[in-house]
Amino acid sequence: MIEISLTVNGEPVSASVLPRTHLVDFLREELGLTGAHLGCEHGVCGACTVRLDGEIVRGCLVLAVQADGGSVETIEGMSDTGEIADLQQAFIDRNALQCGFCTPGMLIAAQDLLRHGGVPSREDIREHLSGNYCRCTGYHAIVDAVETTAKQREAAQ
Amino acid sequence: MKAPAFEYLRPTSVTEAIALLGQHPEAKLIAGGQSLLASLNLRLSQPSHLIDIGRLPELRGIAVKNGVLRIGALTRHAETMAAPEIATHAPLLKAAIHHVAHAAIRTRGTIGGSLANADPAAELPACILALDATLIIAGPHGERREAAADFFTGLFGTTLAPDEILAAIEVPLAAANAVHGFQELTRRSGDYAIVGLAAQGLRGANGLSALRLAWFSIGSKATLTPHAAAALLGPAPSLERAAAALAEELEPHDDLQANVATRLTLARVLLRRVAGPLLTPSGIAA
Ligand SMILES: Cc1cc2nc3c(=O)[nH]c(=O)nc-3n(C[C@H](O)[C@H](O)[C@H](O)COP(=O)(O)OP(=O)(O)OC[C@H]3O[C@@H](n4cnc5c(N)ncnc54)[C@H](O)[C@@H]3O)c2cc1C
Ligand code: FES
Ligand code: FES
Repeated sequence: MIEISLTVNGEPVSASVLPRTHLVDFLREELGLTGAHLGCEHGVCGACTVRLDGEIVRGCLVLAVQADGGSVETIEGMSDTGEIADLQQAFIDRNALQCGFCTPGMLIAAQDLLRHGGVPSREDIREHLSGNYCRCTGYHAIVDAVETTAKQREAAQ
Repeated sequence: MKAPAFEYLRPTSVTEAIALLGQHPEAKLIAGGQSLLASLNLRLSQPSHLIDIGRLPELRGIAVKNGVLRIGALTRHAETMAAPEIATHAPLLKAAIHHVAHAAIRTRGTIGGSLANADPAAELPACILALDATLIIAGPHGERREAAADFFTGLFGTTLAPDEILAAIEVPLAAANAVHGFQELTRRSGDYAIVGLAAQGLRGANGLSALRLAWFSIGSKATLTPHAAAALLGPAPSLERAAAALAEELEPHDDLQANVATRLTLARVLLRRVAGPLLTPSGIAA
């Protein structure tokens, strides 16, 4: 076991982990944060997307020991701070989720694009979300929700 | 699936990392982990130890010095995408990098990991062939340098010895009259290509010179096609002769995405798309 210390959603956490434990298993099983999901567990589906030191990563392709000293943000933290409240509302309004399995990853990946400001083209939105699978919606409503949020944020400036 | 058990070591210098590789013959280096952890989760390999070089400052940084662009092995794809030095001095890399995987993978995956992994479908090995880059490799007896054209030996194979670490690559600065092109065919943006082509050369009053055409996802490793490139040089270039030469120089493979004949046909399509604009003096380098 290896000792690690990191911040998760702003709170300091120390734990001892097996080297092979990846970040999502650590979040889900040690910390009870079950918002990050495991679909494929080899980097393809994006359901495990979280933020590490401000950048989006595949939680299934980062070891918990690699996050030692880092700062992790999950959908729980981003929901609590209200950072993506408008985006979440747009997902509801546009029916951009059905089963919801992909949704935490989609929201975090979409917010990563929206944080750069401006109104991205639908093409750019699709490109930025190309690493996130959704098996329910067919993506169109997701692109609508992201575009709507971008326009609202632009208008609010 | 979950990765098999392994021990985890985090050396604080390249020298220490090399010593650890010597002590643990079944160990593997981990940089960004974006290929390695996927393969461990699929249980495709079972290293005894992971030696994490991901934080070593010696392997970081992008610098222009003595007419070359030095790119540290730990440079992440997202950094390659954003670095002004790369946009200015190696625009081919800039053109290629957004084709590498997806945003959340580019934040972790590194150029060194991609080159050491030598996936025949990866973009960066072909790019460094087209750029005529040099690899700087650290081992127990110091550093050695190797031309990109000699580095890749076959399917996921390189000349790296088990106790060597790729430290950096050096790319000659793009000349003022340099032109480049990059295209790949994929099913979904960010997927590995079905076939891809990276090209760089010089364009003058007499047409193209020093053209290098580097292919990926066709055959067992990134491949240069000097005869096809030669057919495009000078005042009387011929796309037909270049396309014909590809049959001799490429060794397309068969897989679920495309068979041998399809791959060769697609390679010829890419050749026209990439070389066409390079040949047109008014054309904009793709
Ligand atoms: C879903 C998915 C899609 C992807 N799509 C693409 C794509 O389209 N194109 C593409 O090119 N790549 C793609 N990748 C791979 C990605 O680019 C990886 O980042 C890259 O191949 C490896 O870099 P890394 O730093 O993550 O290496 P790691 O996974 O850490 O290491 C890979 C291998 O290289 C060795 N290694 C790493 N660094 C060094 C070094 N400095 N010296 C010696 N050996 C070293 C390791 O021991 C290991 O064997 C994809 C990955 C995923 C998960
Ligand atoms: S679970 Fe990580 S990408 Fe699918
Ligand atoms: S809503 Fe079901 S996978 Fe996206």
